[in-house]
Amino acid sequence: MIRFKKVFKSFRADSLALKDASFHIAKGEFAFLTGHSGAGKSTVLRLIYADQLPTSGEVRVSGFVTTKLKRREVPRLRRRLGIVFQDFRLLEDRTVEENVAFALEVTGVRRSIIAPKVMRVLTQVGLAAKAGAYPRELSGGEQQRVAIARALVNDPLVLLADEPTGNLDERATRGVFQLLRDINGNGTAVIMATHDLSLVRSVSQRTIELQDGAIVYDSAIDDRGAGDVAP
Amino acid sequence: MRLLLRETTLSFRRAPVLSLLSITTIAFALFVVGLVGLVALNLRQTLGQLEERVEVVAYLARGTPIEVVTVALADVQALPGVEAVVYVTQEEALQRARRDMEEFQDVYDDLVTNPLPASIEVRLSPGHRDSESVARIAEWMRGFRFVDDIQFGREWVEKLDRLRNIATVVGLVIGGAFAVASIIIIGTTVRMSVLHRSREIAIMRLVGATDGFIRRPFLLDGLIKGALGGIAAIGLNYAAYGAVNQMFSATFFNAQQALLLVAFGMALGLLASALSVGRHLGRVQQS
Repeated sequence: MIRFKKVFKSFRADSLALKDASFHIAKGEFAFLTGHSGAGKSTVLRLIYADQLPTSGEVRVSGFVTTKLKRREVPRLRRRLGIVFQDFRLLEDRTVEENVAFALEVTGVRRSIIAPKVMRVLTQVGLAAKAGAYPRELSGGEQQRVAIARALVNDPLVLLADEPTGNLDERATRGVFQLLRDINGNGTAVIMATHDLSLVRSVSQRTIELQDGAIVYDSAIDDRGAGDVAP
Repeated sequence: MRLLLRETTLSFRRAPVLSLLSITTIAFALFVVGLVGLVALNLRQTLGQLEERVEVVAYLARGTPIEVVTVALADVQALPGVEAVVYVTQEEALQRARRDMEEFQDVYDDLVTNPLPASIEVRLSPGHRDSESVARIAEWMRGFRFVDDIQFGREWVEKLDRLRNIATVVGLVIGGAFAVASIIIIGTTVRMSVLHRSREIAIMRLVGATDGFIRRPFLLDGLIKGALGGIAAIGLNYAAYGAVNQMFSATFFNAQQALLLVAFGMALGLLASALSVGRHLGRVQQS
């Protein structure tokens, strides 16, 4: 469903943010992207949601080839993805419910469908009781759950999470991580970029490690041999 | 549609001072455009009244037979640009003189013979009251052997022409300058609005909103600001007209012209928003 084939990405002429990256993530899979700050984790995610295009190589996401992607096709690609960031990116002047509904409204979903869908995902993330609250009235963990609800409300094929627990304490981290696993359990693929190795080690999940823009470890290769990595 | 209106009104509610400021600026810019329009309108009307008096007068030689004059009248009437042709006999000329210049009543009474010549007066139709048409008809009538002299006030016809041209150019230049100023001002407010809402725009893009969808509230915002500015400008112009009208009679815009000013404001608002939003949306980064 997501395939990187010999992808290079450079933002400046003298350095590469991503070097010869090749991997494949299947439908419904859970994968960690790990590595230090600046290793290239966010670059991989930005290439997936077509915020950036590869300098060379090919990125395929759910039938879209981003190198051939026309500007007007980017919204269609993004509607198949859910994206969550470390800093939540909620609209401070809207309630929890409005923040989640916003994702549906701007994609032209009918009003009659929006309210029940929003309540369904808010229940899923455990925040139905706080639908009328504003982000500033919530804890960090709760704000991240709202962001996850907003990412989920469009029924994405993949949830991309860029350091989703980076701003959270340990308890909230565990809660958000469990929520992401539950979402994956329901069939949505999850790619989670994190530098929290204790979290990665606590479960047995696919892990792709990046260092200075290069993939230095992919647990799928160890587990199933090189066949899973695109040539 | 509901969402579009909500997003548009949101920008008014979030930055009321900025919105009010931009409407006021548009209003003043359109006020000046309107003033130029009012001056042009009144000038055109005054010139029109003056133009109605533009005529060519051919004085005839004494003893020109009425049959010859009748034929000439028909010929002149057939010329393009001629509205009316009147034959003024010697007697009618004297009667007019008695009526118009009463202070010379005694002189007229002492006259043994009538010294005033008969004449043919040619009034031109609208659109042919410029100096070129007047000169052409005068030149044509000079061809009659029985015409002694021709008067057509060439100089003031030319002056009228010049005045009208100057008024048009000045109006266009000032109006154009203020229209450009309006575009820059609206463009700046849209830019500030885009920057103000950059977080929201970035989120819209992340969840898959199209560029057209993101752009629409800004376009509607510009359109509404232009319309409100136009309506305010009509109010300001009416106040100015009221003040001038106390001193001398003036004309105000009719409903169609007033609507045209509002439509002009809307077009300016829309154009400025479209130009600005296209340039600045690209600068709002995803992450």
